[in-house]
Amino acid sequence: MDNVIRRRTIGARVARFSLYAVLILAALFYLMPLVVMLITSVKPLEEITPGTLLSLPREPTLAPWVKAWGEACTGMRCEGVGGYFYNSIAIVVPAVLISTAIGALNGYALTKWRFKGSELVFALMLFGCFIPFQVVLLPMAQTLGWLGLSSSRAGLILVHVVFGIAFTTLFFRNFYVAVPTELISAAKLDGAGFFRIFWRILLPVSAPIVVVSVIWQFTQIWNDFLFGVAFSAHDTQPVTVALNNLVNTSTGAKEYNVDMAAAMIAALPTLVVYVLAGKYFVRGLTAGSVKG
Amino acid sequence: MAALEIRNVCKDFGSEQVLKDVSLAIDSGEFLILVGPSGCGKSTLMNAIAGLEPVTSGEIRIAGEEVTWQTPAERDIAMVFQSYALYPSMTVRQNISFGLEMRKVPKAEREAAVERVADLLQISHLLDRKPSQLSGGQRQRVAMGRALAREPKVYLFDEPLSNLDAKLRVDMRTEIKKLHQRLGTTIVYVTHDQIEAMTLADCIAVMRDGRILQLGSPDEVYNDPVDIFVAGFMGSPSMNFIAATLESEAGKYRLRVDTPGEETLQLPWPNARQTPAMAERVGKPVILGLRPEHFTEDDARLSDYDEGVLLTPRITVVEPTGADILLQLRLGEGEATARVGPKCRATAGERLALRIDMARAVLFDSETEKRLA
Repeated sequence: MDNVIRRRTIGARVARFSLYAVLILAALFYLMPLVVMLITSVKPLEEITPGTLLSLPREPTLAPWVKAWGEACTGMRCEGVGGYFYNSIAIVVPAVLISTAIGALNGYALTKWRFKGSELVFALMLFGCFIPFQVVLLPMAQTLGWLGLSSSRAGLILVHVVFGIAFTTLFFRNFYVAVPTELISAAKLDGAGFFRIFWRILLPVSAPIVVVSVIWQFTQIWNDFLFGVAFSAHDTQPVTVALNNLVNTSTGAKEYNVDMAAAMIAALPTLVVYVLAGKYFVRGLTAGSVKG
Repeated sequence: MAALEIRNVCKDFGSEQVLKDVSLAIDSGEFLILVGPSGCGKSTLMNAIAGLEPVTSGEIRIAGEEVTWQTPAERDIAMVFQSYALYPSMTVRQNISFGLEMRKVPKAEREAAVERVADLLQISHLLDRKPSQLSGGQRQRVAMGRALAREPKVYLFDEPLSNLDAKLRVDMRTEIKKLHQRLGTTIVYVTHDQIEAMTLADCIAVMRDGRILQLGSPDEVYNDPVDIFVAGFMGSPSMNFIAATLESEAGKYRLRVDTPGEETLQLPWPNARQTPAMAERVGKPVILGLRPEHFTEDDARLSDYDEGVLLTPRITVVEPTGADILLQLRLGEGEATARVGPKCRATAGERLALRIDMARAVLFDSETEKRLA
């Protein structure tokens, strides 16, 4: 906050004005791609081909959206991205829930039930945050094969859970480290056990970090392309892979409006999650630093 | 049967020994206070009793049953924490009944217990609030209520008053004493505040560097300290330690105190308080321990006070506290503090006639710092 008291001189006003001008410009610049996508996705194809990217649609139509959802060709099939959208949901929801739950338990155990080497375990888990996806592609494919999960949704869920645990553990560990250990001691004396303490004492105060973990995991997993393309079969592909196939399928004229509509469909869930829970995200990221 | 018994407990953190062969026992209904400077191991000992820290060796018994390797829940104890540790997401009512709920006490009984405790601590009007809506003093009461809801074998209090402001601390101290008198519970209480220790305890354990130096009633610890540390730790203002030389003449002992620039003082040691250990220290330096209240103003009305030794030291500072006056006076190589009545007309820089009550003085070996007599 600007709590400095100063005289409102002309110079100060000009400075303030230019500050906002720069900020607004930056915001516009940042929003432009989204605006172009939105505008293009509701234009008929004839309005696009002249190359007037920024002009508003003269005859707005939802036909590209309908086509993208149910009719557009992704490779050999022409069923739109709708089915793959459901695929993504079926992968993302369990993966987010499982990885968040495991991360919360890990963070709880690593901070409140310290054991010999718990710091080392945490350091190794943290290391997981820095492993590039490409490195694990082959070993993971092998592992999924052994487990009999190749090309299945369950396999993709497993991959995302395994990769997500590093991050969710980090979130919850750093959050729980700020929760006074005396709370846990008090609950132990009251006769509560490991899971009971977690469920009754810690989880009710964990809302901010759960939101952080869910947003983070949801965005990561929904937007994932590499694992999706590597470990899925045709009928288990997530929407990101389908979008890629749709855009790359070239039969006749390039339907930019359908491409844009499909891209919007693929991006919408993360946008919605951000708009709905974004403020909790920021709040949660800084939650540990302020005494509750 | 002892309500709590600790036998030869040791605790190491890595190579550091935090508790060194600690043993003590208290009877049912006793109020034991563990007191000592920070880092003396008192909180570690309390955590060991609670079962929150495993001990390295030794044995802990509660009501005759060995509990050394039992979980905190199995030990049937309740604890009040320094930070109160109230469950933030629960109301006061839920906080108080949580322990009962975990022990599968039926709902009706739980509610009765909450009512009883709330009445006892006058927190009935707070029962539906969350801890964040309470003041420090109210949180403290709820923390006590949570411990009192169950009827465990031993209550543990870990510096429960140290987060309260001075006035509230004194009020709550009295209240805890009243509660103990009323309920007759066995309490182990950790504090670094020697006034809390003196006012509350039936039994005080003074700790330092992981050892119990002295275990005794407040009276014993205050008037009969085993060494210089205990003598200096208990009492405020602290006991005066005056360097002296022990002399002997015709079977009688006396102490010579040299004050630079002053006449040498000869203080006869009461015959009744001679000990065999004194014989070995004749002609050697010793340390005389005098509490501020062992000095009395030499009032004509008290002149039949035959045990007292008269001296006229120079007063350097006069500090009235209202209830009495603290005088800094030159005695021995340094200064000493005397506590006199509020009517005393002492002025800084002048001399004042004072009597020392040698019958209550204590004597320490200056090398081992142990008590001589």
